[in-house]
Amino acid sequence: MSGAALRVSDALVRRIQAHGVETYPHECCGALLGNDGEAGREIVELVPLANRRNDSPRNRFEVTPEDVQMAEKKAKDLRLEVIGWYHSHPDAPARPSEFDREHAWPWYSYIIVSVQQREPRDTKSWRLRDDRSAYDPEAIESVAQSASI
Amino acid sequence: MAVKVIIPTPLRPYTGKKESLELQAATVGEALASLTTLFGDLKKHLYSDDGRLRSFVNVYVNDEDIRYLRGDQTPLREGDILSIVPSIAGGAQN
Repeated sequence: MSGAALRVSDALVRRIQAHGVETYPHECCGALLGNDGEAGREIVELVPLANRRNDSPRNRFEVTPEDVQMAEKKAKDLRLEVIGWYHSHPDAPARPSEFDREHAWPWYSYIIVSVQQREPRDTKSWRLRDDRSAYDPEAIESVAQSASI
Repeated sequence: MAVKVIIPTPLRPYTGKKESLELQAATVGEALASLTTLFGDLKKHLYSDDGRLRSFVNVYVNDEDIRYLRGDQTPLREGDILSIVPSIAGGAQN
């Protein structure tokens, strides 16, 4: 596991899973807004986003730089940061693919929810290593509710 | 030309936590070369092994994407602001 756990409420995890079910069999995606500091990392809010990969939405997703900047502005307005991104893997495991690894930066938390036959299964978080060689799993710690924003 | 480069949060661990810095550069290519010379660990997150800017890494001069300008050759003017913004992409295996 990579460092400290990622804290997130069950309610937000359920919202990520519900987004994955809603867009099934296509991939969903969105931004994770929260805090990252000495006290650890916590997701406080989500920004669900449109999957811009119209050519191959069953096994690909894309968030445009314009949507990234919109999510960053929303985070700033809430005095939060974009601390990561989520997406779904329809009928595939909740682990990063080689394609995920090639298109990632360290530091971000990448949450993947596996949606099997329209049912949410595993939900896992991953962090890319500094040397880009692989992802490490990031423990998810369930908190009763998110810190107020 | 003194230009300002905004460092995105995920890359600040590689720039001594700097949020932005000023560089002397005449083109975007010079600015990025200077940046990755100053902070060598940054390079692999901006460029692929073949030396091209990674496909998900977007560079803007003020608000213009350099892909719609002259790419690396885009000239810079005093006070220009360079931003590095990722696209977020991925997906399950085929």
